[in-house]
Amino acid sequence: MDYFAQQLINGLVLGSIYGLIAIGYTMVYGIVGMINFAHGDVFMIGGFIALITFLLLISTGLTAIPVILLVVLLVSMAITALYGWTIERIAYRPLRHSFRLAPMLSAIGMSFVLTNYSQVAQGARVKPIPPVITGGYTLHESPDGFVIQLSNIQIMVVITTIVLLALFTWLVSRTRLGRDMRACEQDQTMAALLGVDVDRTISMTFVIGAALAAVAGLMYLLYYGLVDFFMGFVAGIKAFTAAVLGGIGSLPGAMLGGLAIGLIETFWSAYFSVEYKDVAAFSILIVVLIFMPTGLLGRPEVEKV
Amino acid sequence: MTAKPGIPSILKTAVVNALVALVLFSLMVGIRTEAGASGQLTYWTRFGDLAWLVAAVFGGSIVIELLRQWIGPTGAENLVPPAVKSGVSFIGRYLAPALLIFTLLVPVIFYNQRYILDLAILVLTYVMLGWGLNVVVGLAGLLDLGYVAFYAVGAYSYGLLATNFGWSFWVCLPLAGILAAFWGVLLGFPVLRLRGDYLAIVTLAFGEIIRLVIINWQDLTGGPNGVSGIPRPSFFGIPLDNSDDGLAAKLGIEFSPTHRIVFLFYLILALALLTNWATIRLRRLPIGRAWEALREDEVACRALGINTTTTKLTAFATGAMFGGFAGAFFATRQGFISPESFTFQESALVLAIVVLGGMGSQLGVALAALAMIGGFELFRSLETYRMLVFGMAMVLIMIWRPRGLIGHRAPTVYLTKAQTISSDLVKEGHG
Repeated sequence: MDYFAQQLINGLVLGSIYGLIAIGYTMVYGIVGMINFAHGDVFMIGGFIALITFLLLISTGLTAIPVILLVVLLVSMAITALYGWTIERIAYRPLRHSFRLAPMLSAIGMSFVLTNYSQVAQGARVKPIPPVITGGYTLHESPDGFVIQLSNIQIMVVITTIVLLALFTWLVSRTRLGRDMRACEQDQTMAALLGVDVDRTISMTFVIGAALAAVAGLMYLLYYGLVDFFMGFVAGIKAFTAAVLGGIGSLPGAMLGGLAIGLIETFWSAYFSVEYKDVAAFSILIVVLIFMPTGLLGRPEVEKV
Repeated sequence: MTAKPGIPSILKTAVVNALVALVLFSLMVGIRTEAGASGQLTYWTRFGDLAWLVAAVFGGSIVIELLRQWIGPTGAENLVPPAVKSGVSFIGRYLAPALLIFTLLVPVIFYNQRYILDLAILVLTYVMLGWGLNVVVGLAGLLDLGYVAFYAVGAYSYGLLATNFGWSFWVCLPLAGILAAFWGVLLGFPVLRLRGDYLAIVTLAFGEIIRLVIINWQDLTGGPNGVSGIPRPSFFGIPLDNSDDGLAAKLGIEFSPTHRIVFLFYLILALALLTNWATIRLRRLPIGRAWEALREDEVACRALGINTTTTKLTAFATGAMFGGFAGAFFATRQGFISPESFTFQESALVLAIVVLGGMGSQLGVALAALAMIGGFELFRSLETYRMLVFGMAMVLIMIWRPRGLIGHRAPTVYLTKAQTISSDLVKEGHG
């Protein structure tokens, strides 16, 4: 039971990170109708920028951890958002009215560019950082000595995710930009006729998605204490799985799917085998798409001729 | 687009682009991090590289803007004069036979140049993979990102059957194809309801699952260590070695290790041509026509009574079978296989060959494989930049020519005479 509870905590934390990445996939798919294959690599770039900013701040002699984290968060969000914007501008916008496989292939190319760019720029070796946020709480200690731990970093990841999700929900449902986004999702031509700047809205979608991916990258860095140039690929596929599981196009669905994937992966590693945890996640993707193509909260896609 | 932008506007664009580049590259390029000996991260600055990159972006945007002005909004299509176009089409007609004859002669011309022969075998392997994937992507229009899985199934089928049971290559080759096709059906069956992007992701997941299972199922596959000691192919039972039973001894000629390379060359050439021949023949059959119809419009297909399920399944299975053949060949050529040869990059490379070749064009795929693998060889010294350039090329080609270098989607059936229908025949209720 204790073991189960501990795994539940770990799974929820991992799921929060997946959920943050999944939002980027689901938003872009909802509006542009393409799988932004490079989004996992945007997450990786976010992690790297967070790492470098962190290193620079530490070397200036700053010791106040909250200040450092806040600056790192803002810088990595801002620069990664610019990456998202640039990627859309270069690789996707010229292809918006091309045939349907073109953006997907361009995205795959972009994913290679980003992966190898960071390998060339920062080297292939894993970059570790010492634990920044330490300490935690012991929730329960069973007689046989098993301890349920809730570390501060886990609390931080979950709280940050909740805050961002609340902010984001407010953005989509209450602001002008959110209204434009929802309008573009329904009908781009009609939205344009009614004075919505479609290009700008799509750009902003990529910017917001990339900023959320940067937060996920920072969380990953703090939680696991390392980044490497190849982490975007697997994390990206899993986050996409999460988006599909939750119902692609649905924001709460993405978060829900992220949590589900995080839990499944953690429990699978804990009770079955660590080696096959990725196989489990990918199998779920296939199974979900076969039996529930619209996901948990998605709308059925009506096909018109 | 109003009037042509002047110099100030070009400069403004360039400055903005350079500023964006400065922000993008500032931390990723300007600062280099590395884990030190004690695991402590250290960093050093590289502002010189950063300045070069930003300057390159600045100069590059000026050049692009100028080119854009010079060419104008009409695009590159009209740049080619008609005379050149007809010349190109003339060459195009004779290019395929000429290439084939040249390919047949490669082992004769380059008999003493082992490097070129090896490279040619590699190129032909990718030509075959490209042609195999072309059935799935080019003809049936199903985006398959996990094609390497079938390549792996073929390679491991032969590798394991040959090392465990001592079966010969010629027995295993059809088996490898059948097994790969079987896996193709196995994957295809559940995912048929998916379309476009979803299908792409599921096939990608499938490719990764196969690779992960190969890595982790150590009892069977040897895990990351792979399978080694895979027997070399024989000339239909006669070994190609220095022994008394060898082909050289039987023919009474002096033994040379090049014989085997030449044999491998013709083997893969034959396999590739078999793929090509089968594809061309299949295109003329109802099933091939159904594939192409499926690519153009699935809903219309269903309305016309084509069974989309079996159509997709056959496309998947056919493509997978050729992938399996290529895999068996790969295993026998290398003598060693490991999961590292079957990563997603490999799938993407084959897909890039098909797309670059202009999905559906057999000649285009062959040329694209030559360009791609040849290009990779040229940049072999720049190992780290290779995939970076590859990715950029993929993006640029998609922007420049989304339909590939040889955009070829000519329907195999068409009306020879334009038919006009009187408007009173198509009125509502009378059609």
